[in-house]
Amino acid sequence: MEQTNFQLKKQDTQSQEWSKRLHHATRATREDWIGRGISYLCIGVIILVVASMLWFITSKGIATFTQNHVSLWKFLSGTDWSPSQGKIGALPMIVGSFAVTFAAAIVATPFAVGTAIFMTEISPNKGRKFLQPVIELLVGIPSVVYGFIGLAVVVPFMRHLVGGSGFGIISATFVLFVMVLPTITSMTVDSLRAVPRYYKEASLALGATRWQTVSKVILRSATPGILTAVIFGMARAFGEALAVQMVIGNAAVMPKDLISAASTLTSQLTTGIGDTIDGTLPNNALWSLALILLLMSLFFNALVRVIAKRGQLKHER
Amino acid sequence: MLKQYSFDKTAVQTFDDQTSLALKTENLQVFYGTNHAMHDANLAFPKNQITALIGASGSGKSTYLRSLNRMNDTIATVTGKIWYHGVDINEPNVNIYEIRRHIGMVFQRPNPFAKSIRENITYALRANGVKNKTELTERIEKSLRGAALWDEVKDSLDKSALSLSGGQQQRLCIARSIAMAPDVLLLDEPCSALDPISTVKVEETLLELQKQYTIIIVTHNMQQAARISSQCAFFHLGHVMEYTPTGTMFSNPQIPVTQDYISGSFG
Repeated sequence: MEQTNFQLKKQDTQSQEWSKRLHHATRATREDWIGRGISYLCIGVIILVVASMLWFITSKGIATFTQNHVSLWKFLSGTDWSPSQGKIGALPMIVGSFAVTFAAAIVATPFAVGTAIFMTEISPNKGRKFLQPVIELLVGIPSVVYGFIGLAVVVPFMRHLVGGSGFGIISATFVLFVMVLPTITSMTVDSLRAVPRYYKEASLALGATRWQTVSKVILRSATPGILTAVIFGMARAFGEALAVQMVIGNAAVMPKDLISAASTLTSQLTTGIGDTIDGTLPNNALWSLALILLLMSLFFNALVRVIAKRGQLKHER
Repeated sequence: MLKQYSFDKTAVQTFDDQTSLALKTENLQVFYGTNHAMHDANLAFPKNQITALIGASGSGKSTYLRSLNRMNDTIATVTGKIWYHGVDINEPNVNIYEIRRHIGMVFQRPNPFAKSIRENITYALRANGVKNKTELTERIEKSLRGAALWDEVKDSLDKSALSLSGGQQQRLCIARSIAMAPDVLLLDEPCSALDPISTVKVEETLLELQKQYTIIIVTHNMQQAARISSQCAFFHLGHVMEYTPTGTMFSNPQIPVTQDYISGSFG
């Protein structure tokens, strides 16, 4: 008993020494603090920038409704856009934006998925060697170049084909189709490559054909990834300003058909922003268009997250 | 440093005309590019028996097994003959999908699809044109019973196959293969990812299945080979060194390399 007590006491003094040694700061712990400080600073700056942008656009965007007392419903459903006369119906632009976005996505998705299947399943070597760099190049081409090609090639072509001016939703769709194709393709390729090889082997070993394997196993387990790719493509199409502005004709009227001049939220913004005076209704109205764009991109982001989460759940369940 | 063994001294059994064979390979060679992975494999597999393929990693046993149902087609060059019902199924004009319907395969890692248990089994059946609902239901039950999984999953056929335990998943993969009613079942280390209890269950299933199927199993586990197989082939560096009845191989190995491998004094 006594001996144990003695040992305990001895341990106590020893452990005090150890406590001192293990608690004092060294170069290693200081480096830790500095590193953490720098990364917190960076993230803080980014959060500040994003938050102030959100605040800025929101406060400017709602000024139309709070200061100029335009009703939200009239703004969203009105079809007459003449800000200088106090008429701001944004529906033509909203419809235009959605029309070109969905049309481009619908046209581009089959091509993108087909190309991606070719690159991953049918000819992976050629895919990696030739198509991959081509697609990466297409993603990197500035949008003004796409717009210029659209203006020089697509618009005259449409003019010859269907008459009229050649400007319009269909020309914008065509340009956007080329622009979103590489985005959707490369993301679809990633999601097809992420399908575990053992799924493919399991299916082939059961005597399923390559086509059955691709359509029923590989595409199905890559579906969340493909949907995400399409939504990213749509977000790009929805937000694209310059190229669309160059080919759509920029008439702020309800689109009657696909071949007459129309406008989108972005094209109206870029066209109109230089002509307005800060704080007036025409200026505020443009900020409201920007707010719709912002909300839509938030919506696209949220949609991507929801799909990713549901895709995960499906695999875990 | 690995001991050097002569590849000239081998002990590979052949079978007389009385034994009915399910599958037989003649001078089977496999090349991965310039890498000669399998040299002259001459093996015959008696019907309704379990044959185990053993050997160290990289000895070519999985390569050999995957060649049997042409799963190596896209990644390797396979020469030689594979006789199945008197047909050389290594010929390029043979329908590989048809081969795989008759020679099923179960992989090392349990790989059920991310679908329900039911759909995992009906997938291949539907792909082969079985659409009749009653027939599908019957074959689901029959194959799950065959794989000794029916009692555990009969009330939850619509649950995701990924919710099953590893051992259950592997038996589902076996069920999925036998739903196609193959002749031959190839298993590539089916128990290496399973715990001992699941392993026992899979082994019992295989022993039961050999009444109807010819089974060829690659295994790292020599006890497993001894427990379930009738014939045993030992592979070493791409060569078949010894192929004898399992009893003989484990009690009286014919050549030094097998002796050393089995006693654990290899290399």
